[in-house]
Amino acid sequence: MKQFCTFFLDDMLFGVDVLEVQEVILYQEMTCVPLAPMSVQGLINLRGQIVTAIDLRERMGLAPRDIEEDPKNIVVQTEDGAVSLLVDEIGDVIEPDEDSFEAAPETLTDIARHMVDGVYKLDGRLLIILNVRATLDLNQAVSSEWIQN
Amino acid sequence: MSDSPSNRELQKELIKDFIIESSEGLDFFDNELLTFETEGDLEQMNNVFRIIHTIKGTAGCLGLNNIEKIAHSGENLLSQLRDGKIQVNQEMVTSLLNLSDVLKESIQTLERTGSDSGNKHCSILEKMEGLLARNPEDSEQAKMEDPGWGLFDEESEEEKHASAKGEDQEDDGDSAAIENSTTEEENLASLLAAGKTNLAESTIRVDVSQLDKVMNMVGELVLARNQIVVNTTNRDEAALLTASQRLNIITTELQESVMKTRMQPIGNVFRKFPKIVRDVANELGKEVQLTMDGHETELDRTIIEAIKDPLTHIVRNAIDHGIETPDDRVVASKAKEGKLSLGAYHEGGQIVIEITDDGKGIDIEKVRETASQKGIINSSQAGSMSEKEVINLVFQPGFSTAGKVSNVSGRGVGMDVVKTNIEKTGGSIDVSTNSGLGTTIKIKIPLTLAIIPALIVTSADERFAIPQISLLELVRLEGEQAKEGIEMLYGSPVHRLRGKLLPLVYLNHELQISSPKKELESDEDTVVNIVVLQADGRQFGLVVDAINDTEEIVVKPLGKQLKGISSFAGATIMGDGKVALILDVLGIALRASVVTESRTLTSASEAEKTETESDTMQTLLLFTVGEDRRMAIPLSEAARLEKFSSEQIEYTGEQKVVQYRDDIMPLFDVEELVLDRKQISDSKQNDTLEVVVYSQAGRNYGLIVGSIKDIVYESASISYQSDRMGVLGSIVVQGKVTDLLSVSQIVEQHSIPESNALAS
Repeated sequence: MKQFCTFFLDDMLFGVDVLEVQEVILYQEMTCVPLAPMSVQGLINLRGQIVTAIDLRERMGLAPRDIEEDPKNIVVQTEDGAVSLLVDEIGDVIEPDEDSFEAAPETLTDIARHMVDGVYKLDGRLLIILNVRATLDLNQAVSSEWIQN
Repeated sequence: MSDSPSNRELQKELIKDFIIESSEGLDFFDNELLTFETEGDLEQMNNVFRIIHTIKGTAGCLGLNNIEKIAHSGENLLSQLRDGKIQVNQEMVTSLLNLSDVLKESIQTLERTGSDSGNKHCSILEKMEGLLARNPEDSEQAKMEDPGWGLFDEESEEEKHASAKGEDQEDDGDSAAIENSTTEEENLASLLAAGKTNLAESTIRVDVSQLDKVMNMVGELVLARNQIVVNTTNRDEAALLTASQRLNIITTELQESVMKTRMQPIGNVFRKFPKIVRDVANELGKEVQLTMDGHETELDRTIIEAIKDPLTHIVRNAIDHGIETPDDRVVASKAKEGKLSLGAYHEGGQIVIEITDDGKGIDIEKVRETASQKGIINSSQAGSMSEKEVINLVFQPGFSTAGKVSNVSGRGVGMDVVKTNIEKTGGSIDVSTNSGLGTTIKIKIPLTLAIIPALIVTSADERFAIPQISLLELVRLEGEQAKEGIEMLYGSPVHRLRGKLLPLVYLNHELQISSPKKELESDEDTVVNIVVLQADGRQFGLVVDAINDTEEIVVKPLGKQLKGISSFAGATIMGDGKVALILDVLGIALRASVVTESRTLTSASEAEKTETESDTMQTLLLFTVGEDRRMAIPLSEAARLEKFSSEQIEYTGEQKVVQYRDDIMPLFDVEELVLDRKQISDSKQNDTLEVVVYSQAGRNYGLIVGSIKDIVYESASISYQSDRMGVLGSIVVQGKVTDLLSVSQIVEQHSIPESNALAS
């Protein structure tokens, strides 16, 4: 049974495999990186380690954050070190029923199909599983700029 | 051999290594020998043999005759055992173990006193010979029968003790004697004895990754220290302040010590050069003598790795392009054998590596030609570049003057890669050459990559770190100066730094970050901070809002998502815990087009161009025509100055021409054309002709002048306009009226039909 660390963007519920998550932390002060891709929000100092923070809203082609509250960091471990995903709110760790899994429907937009592994049909809501690797590969054709246009 | 201090140093180092290796080897020897005794596996015997053989060989090389002799006696016996000529028995094993003990003692003595104690181990030698002699087949190896061998077993222990005791006593005598004897041994003794601790026991082998981990942690500690220091200086608590100061000092010391553990002598890289030099020289039929100096100079292991290939390339190049064939060298009255020397030393917190050959040097003209042929520079640039700049062209991608591609070098990739690799380590490379006498390549590299000194600047409220290695100076312009100090040149800001134009780059513009402060205070109390930087041999000024401080920073790589941004070399954590980006000076320069991607522009030609545009001062080439007419052309119009003898002049139709660089160059006589004097005096016909070569659209034109007088930097504002063809006007230079010519006009007016004819 897989466990997922869940979080919210707008009112959508997303999940990342807990094994990929290093830690969840509150908002950190950031140093912005000029000339960086749009979805790079900045660099944070995570106990001496420099971690790139990705604005997941921007990356997923969602509207910019309009809530007062600071975003939270989900720090995921990759082969190239830790990367932080900025999300609206952190949810619980969920252990969904394997049978409720379904691949992402064809009708999803391009970005979603790229970065979404599939969906768990929970009671009353859907849990969207994020493909961390694809999400962090900013060189991929899916760029928020053209999605928003 | 052992006269020079460096050799003596080397000898000491080698003996140190020998002591460590042999002690380890002998421990292994004992183990293997015992296993062999029980298991009889030949592989173990091979190991045992190899150890003794190595000790014998090394001791022989180092002139440690006593140790060599002992090892040799053991080796004889072991080779018989290994080859199965004699059977092993307990007695042999015991005496071989004895041998090992004796060797260990000798090595300890060597370490303590620095002396290979005299011939005091007759007993073990005799024993070994005796064991051999018992084997009839090898009787020739035995010089004499040991009368006491039968009692051997009983005696061995006592003998050992006796010899050990004797050894100790003799040691004392020895060391006293040594002190009075040769200075070399004295040095060695003091060096080795100074440590007091046993060398073999005082060194351990450590996994490199473990060291890297420690280094990383020290990096973290440095950052934490920085934070503590920043936060405590603002407080009044004396105790806290003292503690933080101590922490500061200890951390610095720790950082230095840990850095030292990662240091490796550059000799590790040098070691492979004798073979490379020999191979390459053989391949090319050259004779090269290699000398190396400064083996012990230590560098961070990551840097050692990074410079290995560039150094190899330079060495190959030096042999291939630098050093001539023996025949050519004899013709040039040099020794048949070329000299190549490698040297490394510390200089101002950096390591300098020098590679010098006494070959033919770099042919500057050939480089100039090749570069313009290959389109790396254009012909007018070729004319105006200084020697130094021309030499630096060898680092351009795609450049190679080698006539043909050889196996060794000349593929046109290489020196640019060498330069890139060295610059990646934060180092620099410099070439100087003396035509006919040789070339010296000087590489400067930092001691370590992990922690570097940097200048912290602020732009648009963001802090950035600039590695000090690219920093030249800081310029601060205040008030009036700030307004007047920055001039616009076709929209590009420049600053006159000691009379030279320094292109300016605004950091906030380059990084596309707004600088709100700037706009607010644009009119009053403006302060302009210029950080003068060097990238790729070009200087430029980086304008920042504020210059903060210098700080030791720990370089951390940027994540994959940010790898594409060439303006940043990494990031670091500042004293307040915030992240700051480290600027990649070359990247910024490229981005701002201070250094163009193709790197075709060079400072002199660029500066000259901008200077002529910015004001009327220009460099003029003065010459006379006829008897006394003074004339001048802008130096920038002259590609080269040449002398031809009048015999070289030929005619095509009416046009004077001369063969020049595999081409036919039309010649124009200024006297004839500008002064309209058809008559040329006879005397002039016999002289050598001074010719100013002018290049246009890939063609050369020669301008025959009377004699070249001077090069001056003068205001070229024309005080008397002229309507004569080819004459721009008259100016006053050095107090005399001088005609300023326009070469292009002269060439245009006179050459077009001819040049077309020539071209067709």
